[in-house]
Amino acid sequence: MKVFARTPVNLGEFKIPRGRVYLILERCKGCNLCIEFCPQQVLQVSEMTNEKGYHYPEIRSDREDACVNCEFCTMVCPEFAIYTLEVEE
Amino acid sequence: MTSSHILTGRYFMNGDHACAEGAIAAGCRFFGGYPITPSTEIAEHLSSRMPQIGGVYIQMEDEMGSMATVLGASAAGARAMTATSGPGFSLMMENIGLAAMMEIPCLVVNVQRGSPSTGLPTLPGQADVMQARWGSHGDYGVVAYAPWSPQEFFDLTVHSFNVADRYRIPVLLLADEVVGHMVERVEIPEADKIPHWGRKRPIGSKKEFKPFEAIDDDLVPPLAHAGEGYRLHFTGLTHDERGYPDMSADTHQVLVSRLVEKINRNPKDLIRTETFHLEGARIVVIAFGSTARSARRAVRVARERGLPVGFLRLISIWPFPEQLIRELAQDVDAFVMAEMNLGQMIREVERHVEQPVLGVNHAGGAMLAPEPILEAIEKVANNGSTSSR
Amino acid sequence: MVQPLLVEEHPLDGLIRADRMPHIWCPGCGIGIVMRCYAQAIINSGIDIEKHVVVSGIGCSGRVAGYMNIDSYHTTHGRGIPFAVGLKLANPELCVTVFSGDGDLAAIGGNHLIHAARRNIDITVICANNFNYGMTGGQMGPTTPYGALSTTSVYGCPEHPFNLVNLLAAAGANFVSRWTTIHVRQVIDDVLYAFNKPGFSFIEVLAPCPIGFGKSNDLEQGVDETLLYRERCVHEPDTALDKLGIDLREDQPIYVGRFVDREAPAYQPIRLEVEK
Repeated sequence: MKVFARTPVNLGEFKIPRGRVYLILERCKGCNLCIEFCPQQVLQVSEMTNEKGYHYPEIRSDREDACVNCEFCTMVCPEFAIYTLEVEE
Repeated sequence: MTSSHILTGRYFMNGDHACAEGAIAAGCRFFGGYPITPSTEIAEHLSSRMPQIGGVYIQMEDEMGSMATVLGASAAGARAMTATSGPGFSLMMENIGLAAMMEIPCLVVNVQRGSPSTGLPTLPGQADVMQARWGSHGDYGVVAYAPWSPQEFFDLTVHSFNVADRYRIPVLLLADEVVGHMVERVEIPEADKIPHWGRKRPIGSKKEFKPFEAIDDDLVPPLAHAGEGYRLHFTGLTHDERGYPDMSADTHQVLVSRLVEKINRNPKDLIRTETFHLEGARIVVIAFGSTARSARRAVRVARERGLPVGFLRLISIWPFPEQLIRELAQDVDAFVMAEMNLGQMIREVERHVEQPVLGVNHAGGAMLAPEPILEAIEKVANNGSTSSR
Repeated sequence: MVQPLLVEEHPLDGLIRADRMPHIWCPGCGIGIVMRCYAQAIINSGIDIEKHVVVSGIGCSGRVAGYMNIDSYHTTHGRGIPFAVGLKLANPELCVTVFSGDGDLAAIGGNHLIHAARRNIDITVICANNFNYGMTGGQMGPTTPYGALSTTSVYGCPEHPFNLVNLLAAAGANFVSRWTTIHVRQVIDDVLYAFNKPGFSFIEVLAPCPIGFGKSNDLEQGVDETLLYRERCVHEPDTALDKLGIDLREDQPIYVGRFVDREAPAYQPIRLEVEK
């Protein structure tokens, strides 16, 4: 009888990906969806605004390398304004 | 278009069926429609014929869907048509406007019945002619033909597809119940005798191609179809040459003027008329569709009685042959306009002539007989406004 | 504070009309998210982009056709589906998607929606359901919850909304699923699944409309409604279809998932084997 058992993950070998955030400044409309739903709380609302006066996302200094390139910000952005790419170590 | 689909030969056929065979002969391979008397026989005939020739017959849930599906099929490259009558014609108006704005060729057949509203479903009428011209909202070019026999219904269906493709417009075919249901001889020519103008297709790089740029002086842009890699954008919004929406009054002026001018600029291809006994005519009777049969009879009888009367039959209702009318008006004292409505095309005649135009009208439901037309001719002849020979 | 790398282009720019960005949708509106899922599904589909065609009707989501860099047709209000039917039947090779809104598809276009589903026409319909007519400024629509406020229901919407999933299931669609703009991965998967599934596929995606439905119903920002989705959504695909009604104001679950996935034959025009 085949046993379906979950095999434990060996965290040592498992490499957590790292990502970098890219932003097309003028497309952002300050909806904050990326900031709110980033699972790693990498982003925060910038004091600065783009030409249209929207506060765009910036990276929190204390969360600079927290991005794991999960791409959720990319997918939840309605403006095609933000995306991440994996950083090759 | 293999010739086996074209049933070359001589038939005894009703008008609706002749129209359906005309469509097949013209290479129409898509019919989207909705049953409505007195055009249903077109749908019935095509529902049995399309499966034989690899075409599509789809009966939609209403006439709005019918018109929309015809536009989709044509946008994908098919010659596509629908057929209806007054009530359906009204429901199709918005998408006829879309066809004009997107410049998607198609054929809309309206076998007119007694109207308005439900009217006389099984009886003839000719009261949709102004709706054919102005029915959808806005300015746009319109071409509408009116057959007076099953044979001409066949011929004009073939011609309408050519005009639609050449000018990227919805062509309207305005028959009436008499022409649609009468049975007469219909000759279907060999395949190579059937004119097929074809669509102006794009040339050059797909990247630079602009789907709404009129590169020739006929003001008709080349037509690219879905699935050919042109990454087209067609919209009902006012658009620029790339097809991109552009909400500016200037762009609107350029676009809409072109939609109208591309029809006004090309009368030769479009206008069709037929004339009888015009030599020495001081009175000219004008009529179209089934009414023209009675008018011709009235003119013959009047001629035999020595009255100087000629006859002009409109085959193209729109564009209206205004130049021919103005030429006739130079040596004519009066016109008689016979139509199965309470006076619609008469307005167009009056617009272009100084002479009186006596209307012979009936609201619809019965073919106009020759007698009232003959009386009108005699009335006009007798009240002295004509110099009889 | 560290600046993200400022760039000019987005990886999807080839598939959208980047020359028309930024688009017209309001900050926090969910339509852009759904459109992005559709674009991603196109890439993942492996189907030649030349064969993808999008048709949309009128309304905010009606503008999707204008922003997709593929063959796209922006038709009249409610007539996206029949237009798409014509495209598909005239050229069955095309992968035809109708992308429109709740008002366009289920109110003025309702007759075409249920009949295309009944016929099981092989097209995919993506419905961005934001519970109101957004383009015209936030009027109630066919999916506006009972009692909800809008510019035309200032005393509360006096009508009960469609349960679109149940409606499409009853009409005969082969595939019906519902997600929200937070379920971005599931939307991409289901659009892709629908591309490859013969027959009529209908994917309802709840989307915030901050200036319309949101503002009138205490969901000021897109984030607020999206948070509500995360809080309320329950993924139980075998929930009874008639239990799938939605009311964002009451503290009820919003059932999401794939609710219908069956194999009825897709619509085929009749073809007779005629000897040539």
